[in-house]
Formats: sequence, structure tokens, C-alpha cells
Amino acid sequence: MSDTQLYAAREPIFPRRVSGRFRRLKWAILIVTLGIYYVTPWIRWDRGPALPDQAVLVDMANRRFYFFWIEIWSHEFYFVAGLLIMAGLGLFLFTSALGRVWCGYACPQTVWTDLYLAVERWVEGDRNARLRLHKAPWTAHKWRLRLTKWAIWLAIGLATGGAWVFYFTDAPTLLRDIVTLNAAPVAYLTIAILTATTFVFGGFMREQVCIYMCPWPRIQGAMMEEDTLTVAYRDWRGEPRGKGLRRRKAAAQAEEVAAPEAVTRAAGPQIGGRAPVIPMPGVPNTTTGAYDAATPGDCIDCNACVNVCPMGIDIRDGQQLACITCALCIDACDEVMEKIGKPRGLIDYLALSDAPRERAGGTPRAAWRHLIRPRNALYLALWSLVGAGLVFALFIRSEIEMTVAPVRNPTFVTLSDGTIRNTYDIRLRNKQGEPRDFALSLVSEADLAIELEGLEGTITEVPADTQRLQRVYVTAAPGSEAATSAETALRFWAEDIASGERAHRDTVFNGQEN
Amino acid sequence: MSQNKKDDVTGVETTGHEWDGIEELNNPLPRWWLWTFYATIAWGVVYTILFPAWPLVNSATAGVLNWSTRGQVAERIAAVDEARAGIEARLVETDLAAIPEDEELHSYAVNAGAAVFRTHCSQCHGSGAQGAKGYPNLLDDAWLWGGARDEIAYTVRHGIRNEDDPDARYSQMPAFGDILADEEIATLVDHVQGMAQGGDPAAGPGGELYQANCAACHGETGAGMREVGAPNLTDAIWLYGGDTETLTETITNARFGVMPAWGLRLDEADVRAVATYVHQLGGGEETAPE
Repeated sequence: MSDTQLYAAREPIFPRRVSGRFRRLKWAILIVTLGIYYVTPWIRWDRGPALPDQAVLVDMANRRFYFFWIEIWSHEFYFVAGLLIMAGLGLFLFTSALGRVWCGYACPQTVWTDLYLAVERWVEGDRNARLRLHKAPWTAHKWRLRLTKWAIWLAIGLATGGAWVFYFTDAPTLLRDIVTLNAAPVAYLTIAILTATTFVFGGFMREQVCIYMCPWPRIQGAMMEEDTLTVAYRDWRGEPRGKGLRRRKAAAQAEEVAAPEAVTRAAGPQIGGRAPVIPMPGVPNTTTGAYDAATPGDCIDCNACVNVCPMGIDIRDGQQLACITCALCIDACDEVMEKIGKPRGLIDYLALSDAPRERAGGTPRAAWRHLIRPRNALYLALWSLVGAGLVFALFIRSEIEMTVAPVRNPTFVTLSDGTIRNTYDIRLRNKQGEPRDFALSLVSEADLAIELEGLEGTITEVPADTQRLQRVYVTAAPGSEAATSAETALRFWAEDIASGERAHRDTVFNGQEN
Repeated sequence: MSQNKKDDVTGVETTGHEWDGIEELNNPLPRWWLWTFYATIAWGVVYTILFPAWPLVNSATAGVLNWSTRGQVAERIAAVDEARAGIEARLVETDLAAIPEDEELHSYAVNAGAAVFRTHCSQCHGSGAQGAKGYPNLLDDAWLWGGARDEIAYTVRHGIRNEDDPDARYSQMPAFGDILADEEIATLVDHVQGMAQGGDPAAGPGGELYQANCAACHGETGAGMREVGAPNLTDAIWLYGGDTETLTETITNARFGVMPAWGLRLDEADVRAVATYVHQLGGGEETAPE
């Protein structure tokens, strides 16, 4: 039998609690982002009797998107496309400037995992208690703690899936329907799927989602450059580590002898929570003992940075795929440095270009100076350009939306008295909550008459929140110039009777050319 | 099982496959992947039992659920028919002239009628209802047999000169080639062309011929007669054409335009829908003119 395993288990990670400025920032972002997510569907916005009063609503059935005072119909989908382009450029900008800052602070996977970890810590205690509990047999006590934790996780998952469906229909009505079991099956299915994914991704898969499922770590690696800020360890300041100097020296010598094994550890198949370590270029391998072993560095090898890491990695191994740059190791290390009276920033936001300079004795460069680069400026400019374009497009949106389609089958009709008639399909949209009356008229150098199909006079009513197709007949008297020439220019005007707003479209009248 | 050699660098066993010195590692699969794979196999087995799957000589296994795409289509058509039953009944019961007062019913009738028209009428009358030589244009304001909703519906239901339906609209213009001399026909063609330009229907030798042979159906003034489907000869519209050659042919041989009796093939709701649709194309009359 082969000794190859078909499967390798995930190694559980028990991140320790940490406090500091980045942890506070992450709490703030967690509260704000989750707050926006859960609260938004419940904000009301009055739009008149015929329209929904939910501030943010994606109305799939009627193909409408409501965002406070903005209403977007399906033909204006370019606004959504523009927002997606902005989101893409925004990620380019942030990745180029701050590395995987999205992963570390704002990614839903990170935010919900953070929330689930907080619950875990609250129920089962901090790292050591959880480690003990993990190894403990399944006693009543362990069951009680586990079930409590899972119940709270499940409740959060349910709230997450529940909040999602509220974006697609009136929230209060849907909540009542869900509770009274009257909601559509798709609502329950969506809630069930999102509850399950939240529960599993946030509670059990956690860092595995980032390492194995998400393409972003790979994409982002290609978008970073020397001046991109990322979380890194000042090995030139920290090495050799203060604790176990002698032991490490012996190990280093042993590793030189057994080099293949060392390579194996660095580049072997990584299954179960430990991603391959990709050493930073220009950073000496800390395990090979390239430092002067006699003068200890600032790192006391307390492992605080490893213990707080939600990905379970050691940042001192260098930049690596599994690092989501959540910066919790910075907080943990700063706390220790302060206790032992050393300057903060042994682990810090650094750029790759900082390493050679600082190693040569240069002073640390302010983080913000890394941000001002042509590439970032270009991304920011493109992002602003698309944003300004969208805002501009939003403001020049005509209050009256009219399209005119001349009927070309046939181009004209001869009536019994010889009159030449053209037909036009005029579509008028009314996005407002009340019906609107539009007066249609035409302007042309030729003598043309306008008539509305099925109506006396020239006023057509468009009901609230709909588009109306009004067929319009235009006639030219027998033998007149318009009746006998191939094309005559004409302009349709639509006027909102109530507001006096006007809009026009140009088209042509076709006659019978002799 | 043979023991394959281990890779030096990674310590992972190889599969034994080698291409130009490059060997394939036998890395383990994640368990979730394996279980997903097994689940797909189980799914496949269950699926082929429940649904039509295995091809036989002339058909395929029907599956335990007895489901088929054809059955599904029939079900959906039945569901649509059921959903429409109410408004179709209303369409049949409502007086044709009163349909426009009911906005929902009118909209339904026009859209359903448009579909009927495209399927059954557009072959002759054109997809835009603009007609062709011998097939009337339905967009204009000239009607051979009447342009009110009831009259249009009657024409659709019973057809024109259709032997399958005893109630079909029927008339026959004589072939004057057997009655009049060629010179007389030439004079008549000249006279009819003049009438379309506003000429006096009774004037000259052509007027005499017209009053004697044509006025019985086309009227003394040439305004036509809808009871017999005789076209108005004084307007700007020609069914077959107003040039000398076409008119000579029409008078010499006569015409015999036919239309199927759609009442034999469509249900009453469809007949009424298509009549409503044709009426609102631009030429419909509220009541027949006096």
C-alpha cells in the first residue's frame, strides 16, 4: 500500500485577543459595514403612492433599482456597469497603494470571521482556554459551550441571510410573510443558503476560504510593487531573536547539513492551513543564521504575532500568500515592544523598497510617502473620471424620457383622398409616483398634421411608474411638398402639462416621391 | 500495488509517469473534493433512474417520475390557457364596439390580435398590414366590405367568396371582355381613370358606358357599394392598380379575390381579437358611413 494520504485535515487556529489601534480600527469598520448591511433595507423613503417607499430596493420583477432619490430602470444599466468599473479601479488603487487592505479590513469573509471569533472568545474564552477545550474530551461542559457558540453563530448566519432578501422586496411585508410562513420559496431558499454559507465559512472554513477558494490573493500579488505598503517584519531589527539563541544556532547548523528537508518545508505541498512561504526578495532567510548571533535583535520570540494571527501564519517568515494584512500582529508586537522598552514598529506597514534602505542604516520613511506615486495617481484619476462621468450622467438625465420609432413597414400609407400618412411609435416613460399628462406636438417646415391613435386631441396620459407606447399619425395633404418628397425633417415635442418641462426628438416624414 | 519512488525535493510519492524527465507528483486530494466526486456519481445514478436517460432502439427509458419535456410544455400551455380563460370569456361576451372602454380588455385584444394576425393574416396582407396587389391594405381608410368592428369581425369569421362557409361575403364582377368590344373597354378605362381624378361619372361616351354597365354595383357617382364589396372608383386607392394595362385586364377578365373563413379555424375570441387589432391600425370606422 502506498503511504500517501488522500486527505489532510485543517489545523485549527485559535487567535488570541489583542488590543491596539488596528484592532480598534477593525472594530469600527466591522460595526459600520455590518450596520450598513443590516439596517439599510429598513430605511424608508417616500416616493408617492404608486412606488415603493424602501430607500434601497432591487425590484427584480419590474426591473427597477431604487437608491434613495435615484431610480434606475433596466435601460440605464450603464450606471451599475459604471459603479462596477469604479469598484474595480478602486480595488486596483487600494491594492497598489496598501496591498491587501480589502482582505484585511473590509472583505465580508474577514468581517464575519472576526464577528464569529468574537463570539467564540466570549463563549469559550481566549486562546489558551479554547486550546484546552479543543483537546478536552466531549463532556457535558464542552457540549454546552459548543452548542451555545453554534447557536449564536447560527443566529448571526440567519440574520445575514435574512437581511439579504430584504433588499429585493418590501422589508416589513417580507418579514411578516417569512414569520407567518407566507413568503415565496425562493426567499426561504436564499436565507437557508446564505445562513449555511455564513455559518460554515465564518465558523469552520475561515482562513481556508482565503487560501483555497478565493482568487484574489493570487490576483493581488500581481498588482503589488516595491512601494506598496504591506504588513512586514523588520528582520534587520529583530534578528537574531533574543530567546533560544543558542538553540537556533545549533538548528541552523543542522539545517545546513539537511538542506533538502528545509526546502521541503518551504515549498512542499501545503495542505491544511499552512500556505507556502514566499520569501521577500532581498530579505535574507532568517532560518539560515545569516545574522551575527552574538548581538541579539529586538525580537524576543514571544510568538505574540503568531498567536493573534487569524490565518495562523508567522509574519516573520516574510510576505506570504496566506497573509491578509489584517495588521493584528502589528498591534500584538507593539504591545510587547512597549513592555520591554523597545521602539514600536518591529512589525509594521512597510514597503519592499524600505528593506534595503533601512538595512543600510537609513531612517524609516513615513508610510504616506509611499502612497504618492504616478501609478496611484493614475488609478485615482481614472476612478474619479468614471465617478464624475456617472454623476454628470445622473444630472443630465432628462426628466422626460421619450423615444420615437418611425414605423417603416410600410413607410407611408395613402388614404382614400390621397393624403399621405406616416406612423410613429412614441414611447414615454413616467418614473414618478403619479400619472403625468404629456402634450405631443410637432414642428416642421412642411405643413404636417398630428393625430394620436385612440385619442381625441394631443394629450396622452402616462400612468405612474410605467412606460406608455402611443401611436402617432402624421399626415400631409394630397400633392403637398411633404407628400411628394422622399424625406421631410420633423421634430416631436413632448410637454409635461403639470411641470411645463419639454423634451424633443428629431425624425423624418416619408412621402411618395414621383 | 507497486511502490513508486518518492520525489527528493518534496518527499511526495510520484505517479510513475514521466515526460522528458518531468515527473508527476501524486499529491493528495482534499476530502471535500473526494466526497463531492462521490456525490456526483450517486447523483448520476439516481438521476438516470428518475428521469428519461438511457437510449433504447426507438425511444429511451422513461424514468420513474415519467417526466418529459413534451409533457412539461403541454402542462405550461394548459396553465397559460387556464390563466387566460377569464379574459377570453370576457372578450367573447363583450360587445365589440364596447371593447375600447375596457382598457385592460382592449390591450389584451390588440396584443392577442397582433399575434393572430402575424400567424394567419400576414402571408397575404403583409406583416405591417400594408397589403399587396389584390390584397387590401388594412392601414388606410378604404374598406371594401366595411370598416366597423362588427363588419371586420364578420369578414374574418366568414371570409370572402369562400365556398366552405355559406355566410361568406360574396359577389362576382362580370368579365366584360365577353360583353363589351375592346374599343368600348378602352373608352371605359379612360373614363374610370378620369373619375379617380375628379371627372364627371356621367360625361361623354365613357359616362354612358359606365352608367349602363358599372353603376349598378359601383354606384352612379362611382363611390362603390359595400353590400357587394364594390370598390370606390373615385378615391386614390387601387386594389389591383390604376394604370391602363391593369384596368383593362380588370374590366376584361374581372377579379375574384378570396379570403378564408377564419371562423372555421380560429375560436371566437381570436376572431374578435384580430378584428379589434385590425380596427385600430389607423383606418377603423366607428360606424359605417351613410
